[in-house]
Amino acid sequence: MSEQMMSMQQALNRALADTLRNDPTALILGEDVGTLGGVFRVTQGLAKEFGAERVFDTPLAESGILGLSVGLAMAGFHPIPEVQFDGFAYPAVNQIITQLGRMNYRSRGVFPMPVTLRVPSFGGIRAPEHHGESLEALFAHVPGLKVVSPADPQQAYSLLRYAAGLSDPVIFMEPKARYWQKAAVDMDTTQSPLGARIARPGKHVTLVAWGAMVARCLQVAELAAEDGIIVEVVDLRWLKPIDEATLTESVTRTRRAVVVHEGPRTAGLGAEVAALISEHCFDTLKAPVERVTGFDVPYPSGDLEDEYIPNIDRILFGIQRVLEHRRG
Amino acid sequence: MAVQNFQVDDAGMPDAEELRQLFTLMVTVRHLDLSAVAWQRQGILPGYAPELGQEAAQVGSAFAMDKAVDFAFPTYREMGVARTLAVDMVAYMATHKATWHGGLYDPKVSRLAPIQAVVAGSVLHAVGWAHGERLAGRAGVALSYFGDGASSQGDVHEAMNFASLMKAPVVFFVQNNGWAISLPTEAQVAGGSVAARAAGYNMASVCIDGNDVAAVVNATRSALAHARSGAGPVLIEAMTYRRGPHSTSDDPGRYRSLEAERIDAGMDPLDRLKEKLLSQGIADEQFIADAWTAARAEEETLRADVMALEPRPGTEMFDYVFTEPTEALAEQRRNWREESEHV
Repeated sequence: MSEQMMSMQQALNRALADTLRNDPTALILGEDVGTLGGVFRVTQGLAKEFGAERVFDTPLAESGILGLSVGLAMAGFHPIPEVQFDGFAYPAVNQIITQLGRMNYRSRGVFPMPVTLRVPSFGGIRAPEHHGESLEALFAHVPGLKVVSPADPQQAYSLLRYAAGLSDPVIFMEPKARYWQKAAVDMDTTQSPLGARIARPGKHVTLVAWGAMVARCLQVAELAAEDGIIVEVVDLRWLKPIDEATLTESVTRTRRAVVVHEGPRTAGLGAEVAALISEHCFDTLKAPVERVTGFDVPYPSGDLEDEYIPNIDRILFGIQRVLEHRRG
Repeated sequence: MAVQNFQVDDAGMPDAEELRQLFTLMVTVRHLDLSAVAWQRQGILPGYAPELGQEAAQVGSAFAMDKAVDFAFPTYREMGVARTLAVDMVAYMATHKATWHGGLYDPKVSRLAPIQAVVAGSVLHAVGWAHGERLAGRAGVALSYFGDGASSQGDVHEAMNFASLMKAPVVFFVQNNGWAISLPTEAQVAGGSVAARAAGYNMASVCIDGNDVAAVVNATRSALAHARSGAGPVLIEAMTYRRGPHSTSDDPGRYRSLEAERIDAGMDPLDRLKEKLLSQGIADEQFIADAWTAARAEEETLRADVMALEPRPGTEMFDYVFTEPTEALAEQRRNWREESEHV
């Protein structure tokens, strides 16, 4: 067996190395990804192993990194750019939305965009401003982009390998708060990288989460079990396209759902998840889909981020609300 | 060490036969451009962005390309480039007919990227493509088209810096046509020169008379050779003049007088080439007349074909979003067909 204990950062590094080994057109580019190995060391050792032509540092300009990636893809390469932090994707939004997401469409399929954009994402590490953003709702709204977020080292390895093999652009959101926790990773796993997965089976309520919120929901499930509440946790993984079948199957069984995310509530991805569940499970739902989310405020400074990010108590309250809901 | 201004000798000057070809192309482009405006007025096209006055810059620069390996990245005003590269002009006009953003031509075969509506949107793509060509060991050079207005965009500056640092084989071909819709270059480009920007990026640059087609061919050939040799990018600023409106929706009377237009436009690039051909005995009046006859014939056929261009099937809205439609898209396509096409 190829199962090994490793952190998400190591799993991502391994996935990138395996991608570079198997795909001669794969290139890694970004700020400090070469010599330094990235600010989170996700690309460490890769420039040395694969050479400075395939793993290269760019000037500090995110629009440039994404525009360059579009051009490299037009020349037949498979770029895997990194932007250092979620908030640093904002200067590249024009290239991501007007070019990366549309080139396949504009060119009628002549120029597909096999670009996997890695973005260390979400909050929880006491970082400066613009280092704790949740971009999933923004990018899931853009036609032509796929969006995915791994919750643990196994997902990180499997999803990055899969995303990097796609011919479409993928925004790969790495939960930086989960970079360093170790878990077993099976490099030859037969688990499908497609769609959502049931991270913990249950029967009374479905928690829907992604990224760092999956681990938190698993903690909540442990605590709730002490009170006899058997919580199911769905790790959504793909935020676009969303796996409607797994959501429907789960909520049809549990008849209650709480969606948990770090990003602001209004027009957050939770609204899309709630709408999909309502469409598919209206007749079986015992309560409106509950959302436990960040607030409609700029992501706060480190001192307040634990107040902002859904915590165990807030998620438990959300569960309580759907369990106690009575139809009028 | 700073790169000196790009020195252009006369090695790439077009010969007599090439000048005749250039004239024929410029006449074809001129007539098609004027016709496209007329087509818009006749309701055939919803809109068009004329290149009137920029024929020498567009035809000359594209003429210098090696179509076997080079690749051009246009804006929405490069009809003359497209025609010179022998792009299927019905498929090109499809973007102005509102049939398909980017046009219906095959960009790979045509050596012309899809028409770009975002100002400066494709300049970085040219750098990325060029860098990729070099990584792949191919000889291609990217020709990146943009204007004085686009030079204000941050992407242009990122592109120049990236290209120079990476020594990417790119030629930035700037058509300084004096206007960005209503804003004149003096209110757009601090210092007045886009070519002067290159020095800050340690990049070779040259400012040329963009209305002299022979000078354009010569400078572009020289720049392409420089970039191809691995010596790094070159910026050419071709000084020309947008003799028409920004687009068929524009009204230049609101920001410039006819008198100023006449003075600023200078001599028509087409007249200049015609005089040169006649005075040097490279062509005679019959040749000139034949070029116009051929241009009219070509335009007549094109006009009929553009008019005959049918809307694309609505299913294509869904089919090209991803390489394979997602389940959600497939469902939206099914619903659209049921509710809109009743199938």
